[in-house]
Amino acid sequence: MLDTAYSIETPEGIDLKAQAAGPVPRILAYAVDVFYRSLILLALGIALAFADRAGMGIWLLCSFLLEWFYPVFFEVVRNGQTPGKKAFGLIVVNDNLTPVSWGASLLRNLLRFADFLPFGYAAGTLSMVLNKNFQRLGDMAAGTLVVYRQAGGQRPELPKVAPLAPPRGLQLQDQLAVISLAERHGELSEARQRELAGLLEPVTGKSGETGLQYLRAVGCWLLGSR
Amino acid sequence: MKQNDFENKYGESWQQLEQWLKHGDTDLDLPAAYRSLCQQLAVAVERQYTNRLVDRLNQLVMAAHHRVYQQQTLRKNTWLWYLSAGFPRAIREQARYVWLATALFVLPALVLGLGSYWNDALIYAVMTPEQVMQFESMYDPANRVLGRERGSDSDLMMFGFYIKNNIGIAFRTFAGGILFGLGSIFFLVFNGVYLGAVFGQITRVGFVSTFYPFVIGHGAFELTAIVFAGAAGLRLGQSLIDPGRHRRLVALRLASVEAMKIMYGTFAMLVIAAFLEAFWSSSTQLGIGIKLGVGAALWLLVITYFALAGRGEANRGP
Repeated sequence: MLDTAYSIETPEGIDLKAQAAGPVPRILAYAVDVFYRSLILLALGIALAFADRAGMGIWLLCSFLLEWFYPVFFEVVRNGQTPGKKAFGLIVVNDNLTPVSWGASLLRNLLRFADFLPFGYAAGTLSMVLNKNFQRLGDMAAGTLVVYRQAGGQRPELPKVAPLAPPRGLQLQDQLAVISLAERHGELSEARQRELAGLLEPVTGKSGETGLQYLRAVGCWLLGSR
Repeated sequence: MKQNDFENKYGESWQQLEQWLKHGDTDLDLPAAYRSLCQQLAVAVERQYTNRLVDRLNQLVMAAHHRVYQQQTLRKNTWLWYLSAGFPRAIREQARYVWLATALFVLPALVLGLGSYWNDALIYAVMTPEQVMQFESMYDPANRVLGRERGSDSDLMMFGFYIKNNIGIAFRTFAGGILFGLGSIFFLVFNGVYLGAVFGQITRVGFVSTFYPFVIGHGAFELTAIVFAGAAGLRLGQSLIDPGRHRRLVALRLASVEAMKIMYGTFAMLVIAAFLEAFWSSSTQLGIGIKLGVGAALWLLVITYFALAGRGEANRGP
């Protein structure tokens, strides 16, 4: 399939699914992290200016730690999310979709330098674009990938219509289409929904608002409302 | 069973699990809850329930899967074992790469060292005249202070500098290895050339009494660590060039496990080196004899450690 779906089978025989995150959100998340890091370094610089040369030493030490271990710390301690990744809803996981461990996180961040070469993350971006799961070089070596953290889905409100029994001989995929129309009644505009319902006019024999209401009623029935 | 009935039947148990994952305060048998959840997801997919429900269950399964399959180290004190046996064993296991990295570092250093010792112009092929002036003045015996220009209050500053600079170099030397080993080779040769040129030049102008006592102590840790980082990088590169019977990606994954075993220890060595360089090597109070003696002892210690530590069946480790 030509999409970003990533799935693995667990020992329980279940397919876990995730959406791999592409270069653009990852670059933006990285920019946010760079911003935070510079902010910290700036604040430290001002605070340590009074400590003269010893302060300079501590500042250099901190800039080293921030450069190499800032992502490692957040990825392991904060569930795979640096502040930048959190802002864009991204999460680093192992390629079996388990939480990333110290070793893997260290490796992918040490190899960040190779991804940076020859300038501005050119190698990493190229590798991400060419890779099916958008892995940069560090990700490939460490066996990690960056996926979207899915938001908790709440049970949607069903449209308030009296359920109607569907006509006989409704195929499974037709049923699914009707159900998802009913479920998504809050997400799509009324006009678009009427347009979609209008496509079925030859079958239902009802047009416009009545057609839409009829399909919603059937959808509710199929979901089990009586 | 219609979807609504299904959701009503199990909704409560899902909420319980969600609560537990979020707060972890309620009593829950996680493996049992996880197994039945998996079963429900499979049923939901099989019965073609809507995407929304399947997505929700998938998400919940994933969160629980994270907990069930969290990677935890069972053994305590692994790091103690690593320092006493694991690290030298890892170095010996990758001896081929370590020797190769040593050659890539030492041979250019020898060539440039002897070259710039015999030929006073060769150094300018590597460095600008300003750089040469600068490091010559650092080790001029007429100076009271040693190393990069410094006052006695600035040991901490130099410590910070050495940490950032030297460990950064080692990390880059390693990381460059993923580009089919080319990055590691470049950094090893480059540092070898640079170091050799400095050694040759300083020896030629005769600042021997300040330079060698300064470098010998931390050199034992720093130079070996750079070579080890290079060796780890070469290991990565080799796995891509000659993956053997694996796919390249798998070979790289396996090689990086081996390489990381080297990198943890290399990092520790570089921290030690930075300590020594900032607080010991630069000291002007200690006599040249003491510094050379301690430096030689440190070299001996490092070599003995990697040659002998952790041998024998008992140290096989986890």
